[in-house]
Amino acid sequence: MSAVRLRGFGWRHAGRKRWAVRGLDLRIEHGERVLLLGASGAGKSTLLAALAGLLPEDSGEQEGTVEVDGRDPRTAREEVGLLFQDPEAQLVMARCGDDVAFGPENRGLPTEQIWPRVDEALRRVGFRYGRDRSTAALSGGEQQRLALAGVLALRPSLLLLDEPTANLDPAGATLIRDAVAMALDTDTTLLLVEHRLAEALPLVDRVVVLAPGGGVQADGAPQAVFAAHGEALAAEGVWVPGHPTPLRRATTAPGTELLAADELALPPRLASVSLTVRAGEALAVHGPNGAGKSTLALLLGGLLAPTAGQVTATPELAGRDARTPPHRWRAPALVGRIGSVFQDPEHQFVTTTVADELALGPRRTGRTEAQVRTTVDALLDRLRLTALAEANPYTLSGGEARRLSVATALATAPRLLVCDEPTFGQDRRTWRELVELFAELRDNGHGLVTVTHDPEFIAALADRQVRLDHPRSAL
Amino acid sequence: MINLEPVTRPDAPLARRNPVAKLAAALLCSFILIATLDPVTPAIAIAFELALLPLFGVRLRVLARRAMPLLFSAVGVLVTLVLFAAERSGRILAEAGPFLITSGVLITALGLVLRMFAVALPGLIVVATTDPTDLADALVQNAKLPARFAYGALAAFRLVPLLAQEWQMISMARRARGVDAGRNPLARLRIFGSTAFTLLVGAIRRGTRLAVAMDARGFDAMTPRSMARRQHFGRADGLLIAGAAVLAGAALTVSVAVGAFRPLIG
Repeated sequence: MSAVRLRGFGWRHAGRKRWAVRGLDLRIEHGERVLLLGASGAGKSTLLAALAGLLPEDSGEQEGTVEVDGRDPRTAREEVGLLFQDPEAQLVMARCGDDVAFGPENRGLPTEQIWPRVDEALRRVGFRYGRDRSTAALSGGEQQRLALAGVLALRPSLLLLDEPTANLDPAGATLIRDAVAMALDTDTTLLLVEHRLAEALPLVDRVVVLAPGGGVQADGAPQAVFAAHGEALAAEGVWVPGHPTPLRRATTAPGTELLAADELALPPRLASVSLTVRAGEALAVHGPNGAGKSTLALLLGGLLAPTAGQVTATPELAGRDARTPPHRWRAPALVGRIGSVFQDPEHQFVTTTVADELALGPRRTGRTEAQVRTTVDALLDRLRLTALAEANPYTLSGGEARRLSVATALATAPRLLVCDEPTFGQDRRTWRELVELFAELRDNGHGLVTVTHDPEFIAALADRQVRLDHPRSAL
Repeated sequence: MINLEPVTRPDAPLARRNPVAKLAAALLCSFILIATLDPVTPAIAIAFELALLPLFGVRLRVLARRAMPLLFSAVGVLVTLVLFAAERSGRILAEAGPFLITSGVLITALGLVLRMFAVALPGLIVVATTDPTDLADALVQNAKLPARFAYGALAAFRLVPLLAQEWQMISMARRARGVDAGRNPLARLRIFGSTAFTLLVGAIRRGTRLAVAMDARGFDAMTPRSMARRQHFGRADGLLIAGAAVLAGAALTVSVAVGAFRPLIG
């Protein structure tokens, strides 16, 4: 039996000026299934951590009260199970069965009860492999399914899911949604944080929206909440169903060819693929996890040498350097022609402030200080980063970091932009800005290659699509 | 590449022994060998170790592949000592310009290299025949190590292969920012440093997330932990440790008997 009570709850992490969450009054009854929404930075993850009893008293400052079944969550830990985003950072053991047994062991469950409990949890999530399967041999979706089994093995009566499908491709996300649907019973209270409403809505009967400044903005049945607040929520960045995104397809025919891949391959990561990239055209590469999409992006970006086939730049893109393949170009020459945006923005940060980060590329390509200044200011303004110019890139939120990583690639004005999952985990507002920005670049004659799982992004922007299949199935 | 998977036939009689027993036996051998400078003791120990290899179910070829880095450093030690050692006693074997190779130098160098192998081999055999999970279980159950340490280390271990991938990713991301060293060794060093820093930041973040996820599953619970997998420490395991002590002792005895023994201290 788990009911949640929050009265004027607030939490400020030690050393921070801002309250992560504040002024929150909320009651969740036993057995309710609640979707928690709010723009990024509204404190959803902090709230889940508080309910899971994972905010030690000395790690910040608390206001008001939070109770699970009338107890401080820190003393009601056995009632609560929490599933995180990243399956890699949740699995502890090398074998699947051992991993599920980890929680029951920690709680001191007698040995003879552990394995029946493990088998039951694996069954509840529809896990397809045996206990001895190596956790490293699972796909992301299966790993997350296993992590869910590990949480369920403790039989929590309050189940907290913190964007459990954010790191997964659509097939993996479906696996997890089905697993959660199978695992839910009338004794389990569910609190779910999820960007993808289409995935989440079938699982919940109530929606709570956190206001960015603190407190609850909307609360009720999903239809009622979206009817009354849909417009405002969509504007703030929440993915509200029934609010279609604008289409930004090219209005003119594609221009000259910029880059060609000829039977390009890097076994076992990528099976042979041939394609051309043209100016004024947005090309989308999609396909399941493990098909080699990211590898293809690195090859096209001139960052990785192929083991078979070749990437050829045209004189239009590279002038006299067109005779050598992009992966042999010096880095400053490369960034003036092909910009790459990585899936994880933090991989690309090199300096200690946002402004320096933007100035780095133009300086390396030999622009004058005045030109650098102009470029940096224009990009800061265009991507809403001016207020953060002096901030450390590592302290940015997910959306800010993504905008910065795109801006750094644009700073050297490359004719071709290669992006790996640029819309991954972004709220609706950042998503729209990115689509708008990419469409503008394309319309100005830039070439654009995007590796993506995001069907909405493809629908909104892509002029042409290439599908990659798993190297094994393609052979 | 770091490879930590066990490579043994699981039914080999000594490979099946309790991991703590194997570890203790290996440490015993290593410690005794550190105590002497002569080449005879380690040579005998190596002979014993190689003779026991089939009982551990490890093939010589597999072991040789894993010992490859050791082989390189052994050659390095040999060359350095033979050419540059300060003490040049014994018969002169060869002379070339400033280099003087004597029998005394050669024996010292050989002793060092043999010691290196004799000390490292038991460890290599333990790693090659032990599943990390079993080792963590045995350390907690039989050696009474704190579970927080053993399983924390085990979980961190799982993340090690990810670091190599991350390193490659960060290096490519640097290039995508227009940062490369070209032929400038100083720039190369600087980029190496900043890549390592980014890797470290990422590793700490991931480690922190893993630690929180483990605590969310009750790893920090105050209740005594139970054990899903039992590790038994039986008579055969005790015998393995005793056997290691006897073999190490025998090697020392032979060395003293033939008059080759040179203690590290004294």
